[in-house]
Amino acid sequence: MNPNRGKSKAPDRRASAPLPSKRTLEKELSKGATGEHLKSVFQVEEEQDEEDSQRLIMNFGPQHPATHGTLRNIFTIEGETIVEADVEIGFLHTGFEKLAEHMTYQQWVTVTDRMNYLSAINNNVGYAVAVEELLGIEVPPRCQALRVIMSELSRIGDHVLCVGLQAMDLGAFSVMLWAFEKREMVYDIIEAVCGARLTTSWTRVGGIMRDVPPNFADEVYRFLELFPPLHAEIHYMLKTNRIFKDRVQGVGVVDTETALSWGLSGPIGRASGVDLDVRRDKPYLGYDQYNFEVPIQDSGDSWARYLQRMDEIEQSLEIIRQAMATLPSGPVVHEDFKTSLPKKQAVYTDMESLIHHFKLVMLGHGIRPEEGASIYSSTEAPCGELGFFVVSDGSDTPLRIRIRPPSFYNYAIFPRLVEGGMISDSVAILSSFHVIAGELDR
Amino acid sequence: MIHDIITNPYVIQIFKAVLVFGAVLQIVPGLVYFERRIAAWIQDRVGPNRVGPLGALQPVADVIKLAFKEDITPDGADRWIYRLAPLLVYAPAILAFTVIPVGLDTQAAHFDLGIVFLLTVGSFGVYGLAFGGWASNNKYSLIGGLRASAQMISYEVALGLAVISVVMTAQSIDLQVIVQQQYSAGGTLLGLHLFGFDGFLSWNVFRQPLAAIIFLIASFAETNRLPFDLPECEAELVGGYHTEYSSLKFATFFLGEYVAMLTMSALMVTLFLGGWHMPWLDVPAVMGDASIWTILISIGIFTGKLTFLLFFFIWVRWSFPRFRYDQLMHLGWKILIPLSLGNLGLTALGGILGWNWLIPLPF
Repeated sequence: MNPNRGKSKAPDRRASAPLPSKRTLEKELSKGATGEHLKSVFQVEEEQDEEDSQRLIMNFGPQHPATHGTLRNIFTIEGETIVEADVEIGFLHTGFEKLAEHMTYQQWVTVTDRMNYLSAINNNVGYAVAVEELLGIEVPPRCQALRVIMSELSRIGDHVLCVGLQAMDLGAFSVMLWAFEKREMVYDIIEAVCGARLTTSWTRVGGIMRDVPPNFADEVYRFLELFPPLHAEIHYMLKTNRIFKDRVQGVGVVDTETALSWGLSGPIGRASGVDLDVRRDKPYLGYDQYNFEVPIQDSGDSWARYLQRMDEIEQSLEIIRQAMATLPSGPVVHEDFKTSLPKKQAVYTDMESLIHHFKLVMLGHGIRPEEGASIYSSTEAPCGELGFFVVSDGSDTPLRIRIRPPSFYNYAIFPRLVEGGMISDSVAILSSFHVIAGELDR
Repeated sequence: MIHDIITNPYVIQIFKAVLVFGAVLQIVPGLVYFERRIAAWIQDRVGPNRVGPLGALQPVADVIKLAFKEDITPDGADRWIYRLAPLLVYAPAILAFTVIPVGLDTQAAHFDLGIVFLLTVGSFGVYGLAFGGWASNNKYSLIGGLRASAQMISYEVALGLAVISVVMTAQSIDLQVIVQQQYSAGGTLLGLHLFGFDGFLSWNVFRQPLAAIIFLIASFAETNRLPFDLPECEAELVGGYHTEYSSLKFATFFLGEYVAMLTMSALMVTLFLGGWHMPWLDVPAVMGDASIWTILISIGIFTGKLTFLLFFFIWVRWSFPRFRYDQLMHLGWKILIPLSLGNLGLTALGGILGWNWLIPLPF
């Protein structure tokens, strides 16, 4: 039998008293230690071993079916109970922030997709809003409304998927596939609008890639008609399921105070009673024109986070309905062609446009915020508050972009929540937090 | 000469045994295909439909794929126990199937201690899971093995108590007798004829409804199927006790799991759903007692009921989330065992007071 079974010692960074190792023993012997002294050294080692043998260090990740990405959770378990939990992040560190220092403002839009690949549109929009605020330009109303509609569609897709994954991690595999199928409707629209499904790169600083296709309104109205019953079906399947409720209720409880002090935002914060929503409190893209509620839960457990997402989907549908009803016509790109590209047809036929196009595309004549200008701009992404801190040095590339990824702040509290719970609870909590590794590690 | 050989009881016995083993082995790939198609149907997918007509040859392709995979024995694994474990899961499950009466007088081994043998052999399966989890030298497997042994031992108690209630009702531990006893009452409960529904009212599922429910729940736990699949629990333990297994060793585990499901469903049919009894039709009387048609029809009836139960198993699997470990233990020890004990007491009381509808006393 493997002699190491049961007392495997994975490196424990918090190990308090170092054990007398072979080296210490040799040192003691070379010092001429007597039998009595050695006995005490051995005894300490033995006792430590015995205590340790009750415990097991278990890795959840970086490759593990429950982590949905490259997260690493290190659990010290005693039987089925987690005694200590630690997390290690950085496995998907891609240097997005550093990349920004070498790319122009327009180019970096593509990088924002890769951060949160489940709601790329929201990241695109968040970044575009930040740079536009820095430049002090306002996009045309049609562009604003389209950005709102697409953001909310993307939010619905993200929430539905998260609920599905939450169910899958608890064993209800069918619900996950149903959720994937519902999300497909969202992706069909996204694909029709920008040609890509996951990495959309849809927004531009000062507008959007291009106007939506002619059948866009039909597609969205069809979605608005088909989606609510399917959403209700998933909700019914889970909310009436006793096993699901038992698994998530009272698990991973975060009270309002704790949520505030750990900086939880978005649906996770609101599930704990933190009444904050960037769309309502600091409206961007004309969110103040729409009439919607910010749902809130008070129990702060995984069940509340599930309900919160389900409620938010309804509000998003409501926003889409209103935005579609009042969708203005007009240009979708900021008309000042010092920052945004003119239409291709105009470039071929119009001298002025050709010059603008040339100067924008060639390095050195693109978007240049004034030197030292900086802005922190936040938007409401599906996971929480997504912030961009952009500092300009007056050149084509930003001096620094710092991202406030919601997952990073939400994930910090995770090890504190699972301690004292069971192994299965950790999965129930992690899936309800919906941590996206790309965004977490940037 | 040839007549002597084919009427030799030993030859007949060997023939029967080979037939049952072969049949069970053939059913499992079909069952896997059946499960995948039903799962696809539940999940709004297409499911396997490429290999062969309607994808029916998919299991064959799967087996070939498994056979050609690299057979890995992890470092530090206890080699012999590691190799033994899949067999220890598979062998008891198929052995237990031998005493199930799949038709009139049709079982691989007929002996009076049918249920005792079945329960004894069936409970050996837990060794396979515990050994597999322990010998692979993997923490996920170890926890999976621990969970499996705790779960199976806990639910075996409830399962056994439910079976004892049926045994008390039937006054026999011979499975053939239990089946016969379920239709000998003429298909009526309390001697009542209820709007033509009386064809199957004497089945044990109506006489012992509580025992039937307990048995059903416990059999889910015994076969490690969702919502009781904590030992493999892919969300937390990756693959549980068979995380490290690959190739044909994994296939054997897989086979064992499906055979166990088959055995449990067959036992449920035998104990509670009247075995091969067809409501409103006395097959032996119509077709003649020892005719080959009687046997074939009774096997067909049994298979029909079995298919329904297997469908039920699959249906539940793709509809429910799984329990947490403490909730599982709570359900097993604090709910199912007291209930089954109460049911046992009630059955005993019925026997003493002579409730004929429950226990048709022979004296």
